[in-house]
Amino acid sequence: MYLAATDPVTALVQQVVGGIASGAVYAILALALVLIYRAMDLANFAQGEMAMFSTFIAYSLITTVHLSYWVVFPLTILISFAGGVLVERVIIRPFEGNPVITLVIVTLALFNLVNGTAGAVWGYIQKPFPSPFPSRPLDFAGVFVSVDKLGVLAVCLVVLAAIFAFFRYTKVGLAMRAAALYPESSQLVGVRVSWMLALGWGLAAAVGAVAGMMIAPITFLDPNFMQPILLFAFAAAVLGGIESPVGALVGGVLVGVLLALVGTYIPGGQNLRLAFGLVVIVAVLLLRPAGLFGRAAVTRV
Amino acid sequence: MSRLKGLPIPVLIAAGLGAVVLFGIPLVTDTFFTFLFANVAVYVIALMGLNILTGYSGQISLGNGAFMAVGGYTTALLVHRLHVPYLATIPIAGLVTGLFGFLFGFPALRLSGIYLALATFALALSVTPVINNFDTFTEGHTGINMKPAHAPAILQLSDEQWLYFLSWGIAAVMFIISWNIVRSSTGRAFMAIRDSETAATASGVSLSYYKTLAFAISALFSGVAGALLAIVAAYVNPDNFSLQLSLNLLVGLVVGGLGFRFGPVIGGLVVVFLPYYSEKIATIQFSSFSLPAKPDIFNGILLLLILFFAPSGVMGLIMRGFALYNGRRTAVRSRAAPAEPVLEEK
Repeated sequence: MYLAATDPVTALVQQVVGGIASGAVYAILALALVLIYRAMDLANFAQGEMAMFSTFIAYSLITTVHLSYWVVFPLTILISFAGGVLVERVIIRPFEGNPVITLVIVTLALFNLVNGTAGAVWGYIQKPFPSPFPSRPLDFAGVFVSVDKLGVLAVCLVVLAAIFAFFRYTKVGLAMRAAALYPESSQLVGVRVSWMLALGWGLAAAVGAVAGMMIAPITFLDPNFMQPILLFAFAAAVLGGIESPVGALVGGVLVGVLLALVGTYIPGGQNLRLAFGLVVIVAVLLLRPAGLFGRAAVTRV
Repeated sequence: MSRLKGLPIPVLIAAGLGAVVLFGIPLVTDTFFTFLFANVAVYVIALMGLNILTGYSGQISLGNGAFMAVGGYTTALLVHRLHVPYLATIPIAGLVTGLFGFLFGFPALRLSGIYLALATFALALSVTPVINNFDTFTEGHTGINMKPAHAPAILQLSDEQWLYFLSWGIAAVMFIISWNIVRSSTGRAFMAIRDSETAATASGVSLSYYKTLAFAISALFSGVAGALLAIVAAYVNPDNFSLQLSLNLLVGLVVGGLGFRFGPVIGGLVVVFLPYYSEKIATIQFSSFSLPAKPDIFNGILLLLILFFAPSGVMGLIMRGFALYNGRRTAVRSRAAPAEPVLEEK
């Protein structure tokens, strides 16, 4: 898999391609964050942990129940969707109407709860997670790209397209957009706003589950494995303008490429990736608080 | 004396009892509990710092564990590399961390609410890998073993008792400092910002000045706490200052009561003893199915219950009890305001 590139340009291109693939994962987790942010102005600090939990469910389905990966994948998405709806109904709903700061603390409580539960059930030892794609490299004019990276990219693009289509072309998607934008008016025309929030949490959890299953083969699986990914997803969401789904996509890819380059060309960069996530967040908030696509906030999802 | 006369009798009694208990603990408990209670003092100091930032100024911070790391490593490096006497490192650690907090608060003053939470979250996550990365300087994963602190011979105390009295002595000093900050015009400016940034600005409160100041003061407290944590354990390790530490601090403060003077005391007890006892329980039984209990689960559940049933924490409940007790004769004073959530978004 790790074929030494012959010249610096090819090496650079290879890093960029790898960065785009990880960036796609950050992008879909960022999309999950944006979904909840748009619905209730809330940064969900438990998003990564929920994705981690979904990935562990997939792990158990594969290793204990011995189901095939292609059965487990949609099944995990469904379970995560139901789990997300349940979390909203049971834990978030009692705090509806509270100040956002209280809700942030609620998501942190959820963070602790999910992390501790996963640790209790699956332990803290790193586990390998299977990738559905072969790691065989493909040769594109001297640039070697492994099949699994392309697979991750493809899956993420499908997820993004599905979410866009859902909001653009379905009635429920329209109702969800309306509920986020004009809660009172939507209620008057018969949209069940509170259930739309639950649906939003379900979708975010389902999207997060895909992110978890896509990145776990690379990072290995343990209860803390999504925390760095969540930070990068936050960086991606902020860079894209935290309200914008397109921004999440662009931000995710940019952050992915940036981190790949930092990891390769800066000494110790591999360790400092998290710090660079912090730098991205602070820099964007200082220089351009609305992010790259902040203007697009007028058309709400 | 005249100031003391202004205080209600129950407060004086509680203070007296508190003092007796504090002095009694190391005399009646064993070495291990003395050590644990010394840790409580450390977290009380850290929580007083967080209380100034989050409780009084309304700036949510998930990164105070990072400030503690700066304090802890300042002390450890000074003692380990330069052989500075450990007592002298405490004020230095406080000042260094205060400066760090000021510098971090500088960009952070433009952020509020959720963005500040994001930035401080990123800060908390970055600490451990950054310390690990510069391992030639910080010893990385292995951590730094410091020479253990010994009690001065004239005091005839065991080392644990000495650390206990040292920590609580410093906690008392920091408590008085924080009390004075809160009741000064600075404290009123903090609370004005918390309650409404617009109204505070309209009343001539400089948002940037006071937010940065709150960060610096909060970091200074955290730095002192981090320094003491290093001294009490005679050891620092990057994993001591993980994201979980910052989250534990927030849990402790919310459970104790945001924006209450004695909230951090209760919070300190929670931060130290909740993990201790939840690990003692060891397993949760669901009929025949058992799970090894992890402190994080209890942390999460306790936090949710407190937020739902008592949003102003244990101190809020106590104050409400007081108000009920006094309420028969006098109108309930707004000071306690127990029914409302303490943190108001603008």
